Amino acid sequence: MSAIIMNIALTYAQICLIVAFGFATARMLKGPRAQDRVLGLDTLYINAMLLFLVIGVDNGNVFFFEAAIVIAIVGFVATVSLAKFLMRGEVIE
Amino acid sequence: MNSHIETLPLWAAILIAVLLVIGSTLTLLGNIGLLRFRTFYERLHAPTLGVSWGTAAIILASMLMFSLHLGRPVIHELIVGVFVMITAPVTLMLLGRAALRRDRARGLDLNVRRITPPDSKAVDGDEPGPTDEIR
Repeated sequence: MSAIIMNIALTYAQICLIVAFGFATARMLKGPRAQDRVLGLDTLYINAMLLFLVIGVDNGNVFFFEAAIVIAIVGFVATVSLAKFLMRGEVIE
Repeated sequence: MNSHIETLPLWAAILIAVLLVIGSTLTLLGNIGLLRFRTFYERLHAPTLGVSWGTAAIILASMLMFSLHLGRPVIHELIVGVFVMITAPVTLMLLGRAALRRDRARGLDLNVRRITPPDSKAVDGDEPGPTDEIR
């Protein structure tokens, strides 16, 4: 019984997150201005991190968590540097 | 399918399932908002659904599942949660300020252009700024 409930919830969560991937990618591809694309990329990183956590719950493997934290850190650095570039025109001044 | 799922007690399975469904649904709603809102400053608010409670619910589900599976408290998912909740406002504020600076640099141009011909598609609502045209 608990396996059925968990499998339904895990499948639903993965489908939701993959559809969310599609929406964020659409915003990143069609965003009218540069900051829309950066916001879409940041949302894509968050979605990827959540999908890795859900896959980790699905597999019972602790190592997906480490991939999730790497994705979170890389996404933070990428978004901050892109926003800095949009603001000033250069990243390190 | 997996042995660690089948050995969960029923209450834990229901709780983990509810947390997973809440988290993924909030993330999906945030991404729908990201796609559907009309101006950039509205769009900036939408993904915070996924950042705040989407992440928190999925992390709580993961902590509960691994704690029951391994038989000891597993709290290292809190690192991800704290990190995301600290860094998301930083990135969104930086992005918002960058957009504001770019809009101000372009807004002078827009205001000058608006004075000469009265714009056909007027800004609806009470917003005085040219945010509707900036998108």
